[in-house]
Amino acid sequence: MSTIKIPPVLRGSVGGHREVEVAGGTVNEVLDRLYEEHPAVRDQLVTPEGELHRFVNVYVNDEDVRLGSWLDTEVGADDTVLILPAMAGGAP
Amino acid sequence: MARTYQDLLAAAREQIGEVDVDQLAARIGTGDAPIMVDVREQSEWDEGYVPGSIHVPRGFLESRILGEAGRDDEIVLVCAAGQRSLLAGITLDEMGFENVQSLAGGFTRWKQNGYDYDVPRTLTPAQRSRYARHTSIPEVGEAGQLKLLDSKALLIGAGGLGSPSALYLAAAGVGTLGLVDDDVVDASNLQRQIIHTTDRLGDLKAESAKQSINALNPDVEVNVHPFRVNKDNVLDLIADYDIIVDGADNFPTRYLLNDAALMARKPLVHASILRFEGHASVFLPYEGPCYRCLFPEPPPPDMAPSCGEAGVLGVLCGVMGSIQTNEAIKVLLGIGDTLAGRLLIYDALAMTFTELKVRRDPDCPACGPNAVLEFRDYEAWCAGNPGHAVEAIA
Repeated sequence: MSTIKIPPVLRGSVGGHREVEVAGGTVNEVLDRLYEEHPAVRDQLVTPEGELHRFVNVYVNDEDVRLGSWLDTEVGADDTVLILPAMAGGAP
Repeated sequence: MARTYQDLLAAAREQIGEVDVDQLAARIGTGDAPIMVDVREQSEWDEGYVPGSIHVPRGFLESRILGEAGRDDEIVLVCAAGQRSLLAGITLDEMGFENVQSLAGGFTRWKQNGYDYDVPRTLTPAQRSRYARHTSIPEVGEAGQLKLLDSKALLIGAGGLGSPSALYLAAAGVGTLGLVDDDVVDASNLQRQIIHTTDRLGDLKAESAKQSINALNPDVEVNVHPFRVNKDNVLDLIADYDIIVDGADNFPTRYLLNDAALMARKPLVHASILRFEGHASVFLPYEGPCYRCLFPEPPPPDMAPSCGEAGVLGVLCGVMGSIQTNEAIKVLLGIGDTLAGRLLIYDALAMTFTELKVRRDPDCPACGPNAVLEFRDYEAWCAGNPGHAVEAIA
């Protein structure tokens, strides 16, 4: 099982979990498992055309999959997939 | 057999060779100077030194010399009259330095023979006392502290991140701080914005912060910029500063700052916070990735709640603002490994730090080789395609 780390802004869509354990050999498969278990999160991450939104970064361990094989990037059982949207917060 | 000072000097002179001031001046003149180590006390160094020499007081010679020179380097030791430098030579000899000489007649004869000398810019006695814990760090030293005093940092926001940043930058003696904030102090700020006080509720945050900074460190000049940064004022605003510390609370400002920092080639130190989570990085224009290499597009507003909406742990601001300040000081001093090329994620609830690699994006629309960098309507862009918002809410 691979671990998906859920950012604070998406935790409401996955039942409040900080991490979700799923099986899958690629980023695509891992995300599909996540969407099956937590359909609400799919709407936040995926466009109507089924593409991952550009404002969402996905990392396998510490590497951005945009610079790897994108959603075909391989995910091993001990790997961590991290979903990361930008955070604005600061001053007010 | 007990030996006198004269005995010690005579033995040292025999063991350690001497070079005279004319020989040394000729070497310097031809660009072939050895490493010159001045072993006098601080007050003597302050009166002047042989140009190009480094200062290691004799009392610190053993502990610091290896940070300044290697055992194979050719070293000429300098003192006031050429005696302490001989004795220092014995010490270096014992430490295994093989090519050490002493300047005969020392700095006094150098001056008498009419050679040029430099007089260091120095800290005042009050500054020496105030910054003593900095100057005793080899990586900072008096030269580094003077650099900080000459530095100018612009802080975007005098709020959650800006409060600790401004206080620590001021305490560190960063000589000029610009504070950009058009907001006033509200009671709900005081849970985390530790630069403000209860009796300054309703005051401009930038003015309130200036009062705290003045009380902390009168060396620091504070420029109050009580307005919002926008594409019409940003380039004039940042032109006078060496570094931008981004403690903004919204995406339009963050993307604007990124583009402006690229245009002006100013380092941008980033931190952002929400609830228990903080991000930090350093963006060095065209040397490392920029904010848009990391996040090419802003999330739609419903995916990017503000701290006002979602809340933020007060002390998280202190942690992330301090990390941001740590990076700013390193950039200003040119020391250490900064977070350039890395995104640090701090989870205060789990107490974990995660580090992600951030690389320059060859297709980056802001800093890539084919980028056409111009200001855009950041507000409209970050408000996003209404389609996204509707879809996400659904």
